[in-house]
Amino acid sequence: MSEQKIIPIGPYHPLQEEPELFKLYCEGEIVRDIKWETGYNHRGIEKLSESKSFDQSFFLVERICGICSTSHPFAFANAMEEIAEVDIPDRAKYIRSIVGELERIHSHLLWVGLAGHFLGYDTVFMWAWKYREPVLDLFEMISGNRNSYAMFKIGGVRRDIQSDKLPKIRGTMKFLKKKTDLLTGAVMDDPVIHARTKGVGILTREDILEYAAVGPTARASGVDIDVRRDDPHAAYGMVDWKVITSTEGDVFAKAKVRLLEMFESIKIIEQCCDGLEKLKEGDIETVVKNVPAGMGTGHYEAPRGEVFHFVKTIGTNSPARHKIRAPSYVNIATFKKACVGQTISDATISLAAVDPCYCCTERMAVAYDYGSGKKILSASELIKQSQKRTDYIKRNI
Amino acid sequence: MTRAEFIEKIKSEFAEHILGTDYLRANRVTVNVNPGFILDIAKFLHQKIRFRFIIASAYHTKAGFEILYHFSDDSNGNIYNIHVLLPHEKPEIQSLAQFLVAADWIEREMHELFGITFLNHPNPGKLISEGNWAEGVYPYRKDFN
Amino acid sequence: MDECIGSNRHCAELFWILKIVAVGFKDFCFKKSLWLFHYGGASCNNCDIEILDCLTPRYDVERFGMKLVGSPRHADVLLVNGSINQRDKDRLLEVYDQMSKPVKVVAIGACGCTGGIFAEGNTFAGPVDKLIPVDAYIPGCPPKPEAIIAGIVKLIETM
Repeated sequence: MSEQKIIPIGPYHPLQEEPELFKLYCEGEIVRDIKWETGYNHRGIEKLSESKSFDQSFFLVERICGICSTSHPFAFANAMEEIAEVDIPDRAKYIRSIVGELERIHSHLLWVGLAGHFLGYDTVFMWAWKYREPVLDLFEMISGNRNSYAMFKIGGVRRDIQSDKLPKIRGTMKFLKKKTDLLTGAVMDDPVIHARTKGVGILTREDILEYAAVGPTARASGVDIDVRRDDPHAAYGMVDWKVITSTEGDVFAKAKVRLLEMFESIKIIEQCCDGLEKLKEGDIETVVKNVPAGMGTGHYEAPRGEVFHFVKTIGTNSPARHKIRAPSYVNIATFKKACVGQTISDATISLAAVDPCYCCTERMAVAYDYGSGKKILSASELIKQSQKRTDYIKRNI
Repeated sequence: MTRAEFIEKIKSEFAEHILGTDYLRANRVTVNVNPGFILDIAKFLHQKIRFRFIIASAYHTKAGFEILYHFSDDSNGNIYNIHVLLPHEKPEIQSLAQFLVAADWIEREMHELFGITFLNHPNPGKLISEGNWAEGVYPYRKDFN
Repeated sequence: MDECIGSNRHCAELFWILKIVAVGFKDFCFKKSLWLFHYGGASCNNCDIEILDCLTPRYDVERFGMKLVGSPRHADVLLVNGSINQRDKDRLLEVYDQMSKPVKVVAIGACGCTGGIFAEGNTFAGPVDKLIPVDAYIPGCPPKPEAIIAGIVKLIETM
């Protein structure tokens, strides 16, 4: 239980020392308890939504989280279309799925980069983020913006993907398939990464069911749930793909699930492009003039898990109540099971494996002494510990 | 199980505490229940028939404080919304966090935003309000006067 | 010949001394390799990711000597993004106080400049320039890495 001086060191990832979102209470090298504080990111979005019209709310919910920028409008659109009782045209379904799956690819690449950084593989960080750029270029081509694409509306999508854009999409998918192969090989075959991630941060199937966790966090522990397959919407019932699961529940399993999911996303996008070619251009929305009173529950499988929107309407132009639940809300609580009992150097990667929304990752963990409550390691120090451990393993393998 | 099977099961278990059912769309059902029995009903859904707890949504209407507990049947994509109505003056209900870890945070949040009291919550305490708004202020309550 | 070289060297030294005096010693050192500290408020993180993107191979600001540091005490420039809610306000002021002046503050993104879409929220504590003096604004939602780099270059030119 030594008190260590906090020396702030800044690598590529500029972590803030306060506020600490997660406090790890440590006895020697082992994490004994974990406490967390939130509220730093509270912006009153659900209340803001009540003062906006439905069309305006799409722009608002896009900005809940930048990485899941399409997932929230997707779930919101599903909820609204339930209330309005409309079906959207097939072309809109394909476009929605293309945008959703492109987002999944860029989000998983982002995560691979961050995980690589936490483990001390800054090359992986640079490569993964470099290969994100072609995906962001596609977004810019389709929607005009690299993030926050504003593609969704009630009844369909706001912009079409014309046939002259399809060759570029297909070309990028081919390129990404090669690069994802490269990254997957680099991660899954590396003995040091095996040593750092196998058996670390394990969540059992029972843990997942108790915490009602979702997404790759759940699928890596053998809980086979995926909203795209369980409650088909958009084009997911119209194309051929499979849900990736694993059984070990450790950090390695979570990485494997995310990497293999990227291949499935590429498959879905290619099939959706084929589907678009067969349909007439321009037929991208079912016009909805008024939204009746009622309630809708829409959900969608974001890269991190199920995003859920509940909307209650009373016949006016704005929601009377708009409840939003992001997947990290239920996933983050699993930290208690995944981190307690781990060493400090493994805590960072266990936390990152759940892929909390980046805003949470930025204000990551700080270590305290379990007995005295004194702060012993800052956030950047924790990452350094993790990177040092990788070095040690590399030298001794 | 299908929606019809679910309704049959829950009615046979809880009979008079089921106050009404409403079929919304192909795979959405709202079940209105007696708030006093929410603990048993939720236990039945989570532990007996193994539905997944998604989240709980609270809202304030002229009738009172309403809470919808959303449960998902992942085997067929059905979502069941368990609805309770609490009175304006004393919105209180048993906390599901007593046996359901997944309900811990959302109940604390609903308390901070609406002032609903969750009895016997194992871990009460501020979640998002610290530094953002004062005690006793419930920003999502509406004014119906 | 040697005398000429000697006197040339002398001229060169004199030239540099004059330049430093003219430009100001602090400013002279300041202009080289800016160290940036990033403070993210209550945001959706798009801006944070675009700022980090500036480090990645396509944009690579490190070739200009700019780097992101982990402590406000080491930084010359404070990048702030996100709408500031009540809880973030005190910490932003703390971070600003910790930085050794002179420091330049850059407000990034629609939220940093004006609060953006969250300005009407119930926890909004005012845009960044209500709390600390801002030297440059880079609007966008999010601003592209090219825009961020262009903004910082513009800032350097005003120094």
